[in-house]
Formats: sequence, structure tokens, C-alpha cells
Amino acid sequence: MEATLNLAIANLTSPMILFFALGLAAALARSDLVVPEAIAKGLSLYLMMAIGFKGGASVAQHGVDATLLLSLLAGILLSALIPVLAFNALRLTTGLKTVDAAAIAAHYGSISIVTFLAMTTAIEGLGIAYEGYMVAVAAAMETPAIIVALWLVFRGKGEKSAGAEQTGSQFSPGLMREVLLNGSVVVLVGAFIIGMITGDDGLQSIAPFIVAPFKGVLCLFLLDMGLIAGRGLIGGARNLTAPIIAFGIYMPLIGGTLGLLAGAAIGLSTGGIALMTTLAASASYIAVPAAMRLALPEAQPAIYLTLSLGVTFPFNLTVGIPLYVAFSQMIA
Amino acid sequence: MKTFTKKRIDIMVEAPLLNRLIDLLERQEVGGYTVVPAIAGKGTSGTWHRDGQVGRVGAVVQIFCIVDESRVDAILKPIFEMVAKQIGIVTVSDVEVIRPENF
Repeated sequence: MEATLNLAIANLTSPMILFFALGLAAALARSDLVVPEAIAKGLSLYLMMAIGFKGGASVAQHGVDATLLLSLLAGILLSALIPVLAFNALRLTTGLKTVDAAAIAAHYGSISIVTFLAMTTAIEGLGIAYEGYMVAVAAAMETPAIIVALWLVFRGKGEKSAGAEQTGSQFSPGLMREVLLNGSVVVLVGAFIIGMITGDDGLQSIAPFIVAPFKGVLCLFLLDMGLIAGRGLIGGARNLTAPIIAFGIYMPLIGGTLGLLAGAAIGLSTGGIALMTTLAASASYIAVPAAMRLALPEAQPAIYLTLSLGVTFPFNLTVGIPLYVAFSQMIA
Repeated sequence: MKTFTKKRIDIMVEAPLLNRLIDLLERQEVGGYTVVPAIAGKGTSGTWHRDGQVGRVGAVVQIFCIVDESRVDAILKPIFEMVAKQIGIVTVSDVEVIRPENF
């Protein structure tokens, strides 16, 4: 218990969480502080490239084993299963329409790469090793949730919804291409492959760029995330009822528990289990919202975006990370 | 200078729809179009600012094209079908051009 508390305090007083809190506080205080869109995009690309490359280099160093395939499979299954649980929980506890519940469910089956980055930074700080290929698992978990959520809406209906029909988007190859080839995934997976090809030598040759500044860049990015989360809360809080907010807290714990058990069952290291838990607990706010605007335009973005970014993301960052590390250490 | 009346179609739409809308304009063989980034605004769906977004959702772009009046209905119909459920506005206005053969 004391160890968990120490973990929680260390996490809450880390620069990355404090910068996130600064952004959140600045937004809630209605400061004019802003990270320009182009810079935020550049920071995001940098972080994807760095984490992808480091993961690939680690795989090149330690080799590929059966747990890689099992981890990918577990990630895909979790991404498909969690939306079903989330959808039913929302339908039972909130008065949300099917389309809104399904859109939210897609977010929780998919992943937040920034939460993943924060967890890798936290466990590296604690000296806990993790499997480099967890980056590939993260990429694999982006999409299945979207397909399952669309199935939840359209199952049993012979016809497409009006919105989907008009945009021609339901399960369309165009939508799948946009999700699978969105910029973040391409850089993440591309850098992972380059890391695998070039190995430790490649990593050493660009380490001053992708290793040394990583934490500082993450802090700046989290400052921006704090600003966005805070402004999202100001604008969207009125759309969230108590049962919806509660969902934003308990759903990551349900998803995280499944990730924890899956990680332990396939024999991942402590760090690997913590990352699998984080991936299953986190909710998307980049790839899935864009897909939902195309596939389910009737679903309200003010609900799913505010919930994912304004409730679950801060929860995972502050409370979730130390909790998931503690449970991973216990179960490993 | 002699000018000629044409129709300008303005589409303000949420950014994730941009590529599909451009594909549609291409399929309609619209002679040209321009995409303009919008910085900030407010509508029935609330306020938004380009710098306050983590992804493309919530950002708005404007696409406009100038066409001959005879083609307006044919072009607007599929546009309307695509954007009807989305956040945005479509307007049509009269404009004067100098080189009518371009539209």
C-alpha cells in the first residue's frame, strides 16, 4: 500500500503530470495560453517517431518471440471486446441513444497513444523494462474498436443509417483506409519498422534527437493536452451527466483489468503488463473521433470527445498510471 | 470592364469530411476549387478554435468553387447529401467574373 502511495506521489509530482496540470489549470482559468496547431502537430509527430523507433530498435536487440504474436492477438481482441462492454454499460446506466453509446464505446476500445507514452516514461523512470513491440500492439488496437462500434449500431438493420448512407462511409474501404493510414499510425509503425531494420546502431546514431529531448517534448505536448482537455471541459461539461462521467472513470478500470489479466496470461514482463493495462484502459481522442464524424455523424462529438479527453485521459494520467504499475508489479 | 455573372458555392464543413468533399467535387468535374482554413468560430454546435484541437475533429474548413448557374443544382444535390448530417453551412451566391470560359 505504501509502495503504491509512493508511486502515486512520484507520478503526480513528475514534470509531465505537472505540465499537464498547468495546462489544465490555465485553460480552466481562461488564460490565453495556446500551443499553435502546427507546433502541436510537429510535437505529436516527433513523439510517435521516437517511441516507434525505440520500440523497433528494442525488438531488433531482443528478438521476436511467440509473445509478440500473442500480444498482438490479445490487443486486437481487447480492442474488439471492450466496446461491447462499454456499449452495454452505457445503455444500462445512461439515457444515451444507441448511436452516442456506440461512438463512445469505440473510443474506449481504441487507445490513447499519449497515455501509452506517459506510461513508458513512468516505468522507464522506475527502472522497469518492457517489451519494445508493445508499440506495435498499440497500433493494432486503434481500429478493431471502430469496426465493432459500427456493427453495434448497424446490426439487425437491413439499411444503413441516413448519415452513413449519405457519406457512403459505413465499413467503406475509404473509412478503413483513413483510419489505418492516419498520419500518427503511419509514423508510429514506419518508425518501428525503421528501428527494427537499423537496430541499436541506428538508435545510437539518432539518440541525441529521439532519446535525450523526449521527456521535455512530452512535457510540452502534455501542457497542450492539458489546455485542450480544460477547454473541452469548459465547452462540453454541460453535455455530461453524472452517469456518463462515472463511466469515464470506471470504464478504464474495467478495460485495464482485462488488459492486466491478458498481459499476465501471455507472460509479458511487468512493464509489458503495465503497458497492456494502459492500452486497454485508455480511450482514443484523435483517430476514433475523426472516424466517428464520418461514419456516425449523428453521434454528438461534444459527448464523446469531452468524456475521453476531459475525464478519462486526466484520470489515467494521474490516478491510472501508478495504479496500473502497482497492479502489474503484484500480478507479474 | 465587362463581367459575367456566375454562382459561388461556399461549403463550411468539419475538417474530417474535407477529402471526401474534394473527391466529390472532382467527380462533379468542377473546374476549380479552393480550400481555406478557418481559424475560429461559433455555430449551433458550439464554439471552436483551430489551435484548441488535438485532432481534426472540431476544426472547420471552407471550400469554395465558382460554377455556371446551369450546373448549380447538379453539384449541390450530392454535396447536400454528404453534409446534411455534418456540422457546417452551405451557401450559394452571385459573383462577377472576368473570364467566363474558366467556369
